[in-house]
Amino acid sequence: MAQPRDFGFGEEQEMLKDQARRFMEDKQPISFLRDTIKGTEDPNHGAERPGSFDQAAWQEMVELGWTALAVPEAAGGVGMDLVTAVAVIEEVGRAAMPTPLTSTIQATFVLREADSEAANTVLQEIAEGQSATLATCGADGSLETDSTDVTVTNGQLNGTAWFVQDLQKVGKLIVAANDAGTVKLYAVDINAAGIELAFDRIVDLTRDQGRVTFTNVDAALVADNGEQVLNNALPALLTLVAADIAGGCEWLLQATAEYAKVRKQFDRPIGFFQAVKHPIVNMMISTDQTRSLVYAAAATFDNERENAHKAAHLAKSNASDTAEFCANRATQLHGGIGFTWEHDVQIYHKRVMHSQQLFGDGYYQRACAAEYL
Amino acid sequence: MSTSETATQKEFRDYCRNWLEEHRPPPTSVPLPQAAYEVTLEDHRQYLVDWQAKCYEAGFIATDVDKAYGGHGHTGLQQIASAEVRRANVPYFINWIGLGMAAPTLLVHGTEAQKTTYLPPIFSGEELWCQGFSEPGAGSDLVSLQTSAIKDGDNWVVNGSKVWTSLGHFAKWMLLLARTDKNDKYNGITYFIGPMEAEGVTVQPIHKMTGESGFNEVFLEDVIVPDHMRIDEVGTGWKVAMSTLTSERGAAAGVGAVASSDSPYAAIEQLIALAKTKKRDGKLLWDNPLWRDKLVKLYERVEASSQNFRRLGVNSLNGGAMRIPLQGKLTGSEMGQELHQLALSMLGLEASLYVRDPNATDDGKWMLGYMNTYTGTISGGSSEIQRNILGERVLGLPKTK
Repeated sequence: MAQPRDFGFGEEQEMLKDQARRFMEDKQPISFLRDTIKGTEDPNHGAERPGSFDQAAWQEMVELGWTALAVPEAAGGVGMDLVTAVAVIEEVGRAAMPTPLTSTIQATFVLREADSEAANTVLQEIAEGQSATLATCGADGSLETDSTDVTVTNGQLNGTAWFVQDLQKVGKLIVAANDAGTVKLYAVDINAAGIELAFDRIVDLTRDQGRVTFTNVDAALVADNGEQVLNNALPALLTLVAADIAGGCEWLLQATAEYAKVRKQFDRPIGFFQAVKHPIVNMMISTDQTRSLVYAAAATFDNERENAHKAAHLAKSNASDTAEFCANRATQLHGGIGFTWEHDVQIYHKRVMHSQQLFGDGYYQRACAAEYL
Repeated sequence: MSTSETATQKEFRDYCRNWLEEHRPPPTSVPLPQAAYEVTLEDHRQYLVDWQAKCYEAGFIATDVDKAYGGHGHTGLQQIASAEVRRANVPYFINWIGLGMAAPTLLVHGTEAQKTTYLPPIFSGEELWCQGFSEPGAGSDLVSLQTSAIKDGDNWVVNGSKVWTSLGHFAKWMLLLARTDKNDKYNGITYFIGPMEAEGVTVQPIHKMTGESGFNEVFLEDVIVPDHMRIDEVGTGWKVAMSTLTSERGAAAGVGAVASSDSPYAAIEQLIALAKTKKRDGKLLWDNPLWRDKLVKLYERVEASSQNFRRLGVNSLNGGAMRIPLQGKLTGSEMGQELHQLALSMLGLEASLYVRDPNATDDGKWMLGYMNTYTGTISGGSSEIQRNILGERVLGLPKTK
């Protein structure tokens, strides 16, 4: 099937993206975040760090219909495609907003690939405002779709899922579990009997992450072909993370350019000097490549599934490198102030570098993409 | 390709595709150089002028230009024609400066008489153009140019010298920048149509590191330029030139300029194919993760450039009208250079074999192409100047100068 030249990004997407941007600006997620993590700075003596987020803002997002966005109409959702979700998530990234929205939309795209009544039920819950995340990773953090350490015994889940994103923010887990050599997907409430949560101490302040240990947990089977479902959804998962990076790097670019206009040294704004000006331009070039590849990957997923993996691996490869480059240059060019806890550059720096590793960095993505070239 | 393409556009695309397939010219006996600005042989000139004339008649050049100026009077079809010409892998259009710079400049800044006189032979290829901006003492710092034009009745008398003048040996006209006021650096420059066949013009070839001599030094000694060959007002030459180099750069595609036959897609696909057949230490290069990673990374950048171009069509995703277009020359030329560097690395010692060596892979085109990529990274505002322009015009950073 042919792709639309405009990526499928029409008036509706433009309005939604504008709305998301204004919403994020209005909520000031970073000042909210700073209030909640006060006193946890010191890694040696700091207190437990809460993975808190703006619950009131989340309720508003649900009411705006953002969790229902990618849920099929048959399950009570809006039935929009990936390019629409990407438009919103790019704004989440630009605002560095702590929110379970990205994880929930990722879970949605996995469930969309699972053709079952149970999957449909969870999709309905998501459309009504339930938040969800994927619990598919093993202890070694492998990225393959069969890397889970959770097993199915007597129809119940046992074992531990690692590196679960937004664990303190979600109500539902989509779990990959190994049933005698076959990976299956299950859905379970986060407070179900037999579930124990442990929270990681992570660097990224805008996300939280943790481990889920299952002891004889009853869960709803949503797909018995788990690997295939995860693999089908993979391009969407990669593209959503890459979109978050594109938004975050645009913020880093603009913040660095603005700083270079006002910070004076040697009697001039530092942006006058080519040693500062040129790397900022390189940040822009890198960010633009990423944004273009992200929308292309979304359009490919929506219209040309046979090429979706290639496009998504290229987008996430590029995004991962852009994340590292822009974070690095932004901090360097801000000088001492950019190295402080007080300045917001550090918040974005950590967020995009966390995203760089999610589902694999550039080297990993290129090794995957090579299979399609 | 596009769901938003109209029936007319679709029909025109099919027409272009069929025509180009049917009219592909036979190859020249001596292979053509890699780009229009390297052409030195008279046989090649004649062959390429004939080819451009045919393509102009077929409607691929000046497709969207007003009929009064020799155009075909269509709307929204030029991009399709240019894309199809590139895609067909047919010879380039020799009058690349005429199409890429002179026509857009004249369309915006020319008088009615200039437009009706000079545009039609630009499109047909009958009159070739060259560019007279750079001077021995004025390269990146172009505004310090010294060639002078002094008013004498209805004429101007021009003295000075220009350098790196591609196609100067074939050109009938020059896009000429000359100083009309020594006391005003920026407002003391005026833009002229320079007559290359006039008395007092001497063209001397310069050999490049490749051995080719597509460019020249041009000496101007008491050259008479009639005032009606002045473009725009006296003293506006710098502004007009800058708009030619930057905001009107997009207009180059506007009349159908295609300066070289190589596409980065074709290059990266050739290199991936090469990696899948070429062995080192008994192992395919493609199976070596170092080379494979580099190849995929470059493929990704080629794809990103193409998707940047696609994103231009979605205004609300662009972050300003000039942000993506102004990156094109910089990213395209640097990507081309890296593609060729990687090719040489893959070829190993074979990279030492130059054009016309019977054992050279692809007739030595990778080494020749590598050296020629510096044309892209240096001319028309070097990569360093491009980064200044992007920082200042798009991001609003303070002007370096």
